[in-house]
Amino acid sequence: MRVVENLNLALHGLLADDPRAYLLGEDVTDPYGGAFKATRGLSTRFPGRVLSTPISEGAITGVAGGLALAGDTAVVEIMFGDFVALAFDQLCNFASKSVSMYGRPLPLRLIVRAPMGGGRGYGPTHSQSLHKHFIGLPGLSLYEMSPFHDNTLVLRSMLSRGEPGILFEDKVLYTRRMHEADPIFRVRLDGELAVVDLDDAPECVVIAPGGVAHRAMAAMRTLLMEQELSCRLLVPSRLYPLDVDALLPYLGDAVVVAEESTAGGTWGSEVAHQLHQRLWGRLRRPVAVAHSRDGVIPAALHLEREVLLNEETIGTAVLEVLRG
Amino acid sequence: MPAEDDLELLLLIRHFELALLDLFDRGELNGTTHTCLGQEYVPVALGPLLREDDHVFSNHRGHGHYLARFRDFHGLLAEIMGRRGGVCGGVGGSQHLYRETYLSTGIQGQSLPVAAGVALHLKGSGRLACAYIGDGTWGEGAVYEALNLAALWELPLMVVVENNGIAQSTPTEQQLAGSISGRAAAFGIEHRLVTSTVIDEIRDDVAETVAAVRTGRPAVVEFVTHRVGPHSKGDDTRDAETLALARKHDWYPLHEGGQADQAARARIQQIVGEVSARPCA
Repeated sequence: MRVVENLNLALHGLLADDPRAYLLGEDVTDPYGGAFKATRGLSTRFPGRVLSTPISEGAITGVAGGLALAGDTAVVEIMFGDFVALAFDQLCNFASKSVSMYGRPLPLRLIVRAPMGGGRGYGPTHSQSLHKHFIGLPGLSLYEMSPFHDNTLVLRSMLSRGEPGILFEDKVLYTRRMHEADPIFRVRLDGELAVVDLDDAPECVVIAPGGVAHRAMAAMRTLLMEQELSCRLLVPSRLYPLDVDALLPYLGDAVVVAEESTAGGTWGSEVAHQLHQRLWGRLRRPVAVAHSRDGVIPAALHLEREVLLNEETIGTAVLEVLRG
Repeated sequence: MPAEDDLELLLLIRHFELALLDLFDRGELNGTTHTCLGQEYVPVALGPLLREDDHVFSNHRGHGHYLARFRDFHGLLAEIMGRRGGVCGGVGGSQHLYRETYLSTGIQGQSLPVAAGVALHLKGSGRLACAYIGDGTWGEGAVYEALNLAALWELPLMVVVENNGIAQSTPTEQQLAGSISGRAAAFGIEHRLVTSTVIDEIRDDVAETVAAVRTGRPAVVEFVTHRVGPHSKGDDTRDAETLALARKHDWYPLHEGGQADQAARARIQQIVGEVSARPCA
């Protein structure tokens, strides 16, 4: 099963199990079924609860906030995650604030899905990974779709927190197969953490969101074949707030955090800071961060490649943290 | 003359707002507040037209909206003073209030999409979402996105515009091209203009519109009103002539010094005393 089919199935399940669940977004109804086909079949099966909207990301997110305020469950699809910038006020100043600013918990069942990432030549405003702009908002959790996490469980986990959440979905994952991994690695889930490794004594651990998993595994394969280095990959489903305790048993003295965001104020630097506080005496070097370069993401294939994080970026970071 | 209980409510809100400005002057309030002096009659008039299970969305200038709906003078004052028993434990303060079916936010225009979402939830139930905004709020794009959705989806959304002619310090004619009625017309949404400050006249005027909203015909009800007080505290830069014009439209002088006025003043003073004596939240 492809990742987008798994996501589609999860959305079907959510709407089937919860008669008060709505899904809103641009072009999400059949026969189109969403720009990336994640919502295919939903409007036919759940008429009146799956709504194609005008091009109004701010209002769609606000409407979803209103539904959640009234006790419903609301899922918003932002067509390209870059457009979530247009919904920033509703997320920062309404939905996440409302959970606590009224002096008592006000649970909101609200998920905003944001397809992110480059690699498809869509250019500077359709290829970004904007996670960094949403880190540290009290009352807002950040998740990322992954090939190792069943989206039914991911959506359930998000809704169980009683606060709005963003599900970042790396676009290149949609057409990948679920659980696809190089057969040299063993893959297992420990709670909401996916662990991918060769053995119990990796020399370096790479922490990455789901969209970067395949690039990390490719880097790990190359490091094994060319350097005889054994690495472990950790893929958390929830990126923020991060459950650092869940990571600790799998970490050694060398850690790299890899993500596709461009440089500056990244998720990785937040993770690195948290790990430094917990592991400073144990680490052989500071946690290394691997990310895309500091610049816009060009449309032309060869230019886009120069900017985006790739397996070489991750491999270089691993070697740096191991050898300086 | 307004009915006795309407007048009492009007006067209580007036003296509540005056008491806040006095508390600020005496350094007993933290932060800021926006009083509704001169505009008290709007929520008082709309009060009986709204059902208990309708949803109301308010804004920064929302004390009157809250008090007209709940008559909870202690709770609001305690909230603003950060004392025990505040509506939101002192976290929200003057412009972030929540009670079931009532919510205010401090960001212009933000509430309209949220109110549209609640209206979507309420659609077909006979209930409605009522959102108070000002003339200045029309500068925000969120307003137009929400009106478009409300019209398209036939949502029971009533937008109440308190057009007091000034956005903080900027006169409406310097920040709003065209008209509010023209904006409503552009979406095919009914626009009802209310120029009266007489409670019973207003109720007669808008009752039909409110009933239509309940059936899924959204409406914009625009009150031409006047802000008698400052934007927040002592920040009024209007000239004497403009202020005199605002005062000329004020409903209060007619009742000033009367028995009801004195009773309301005394009641609010008593509440100020009681709440001031409470410990911090």
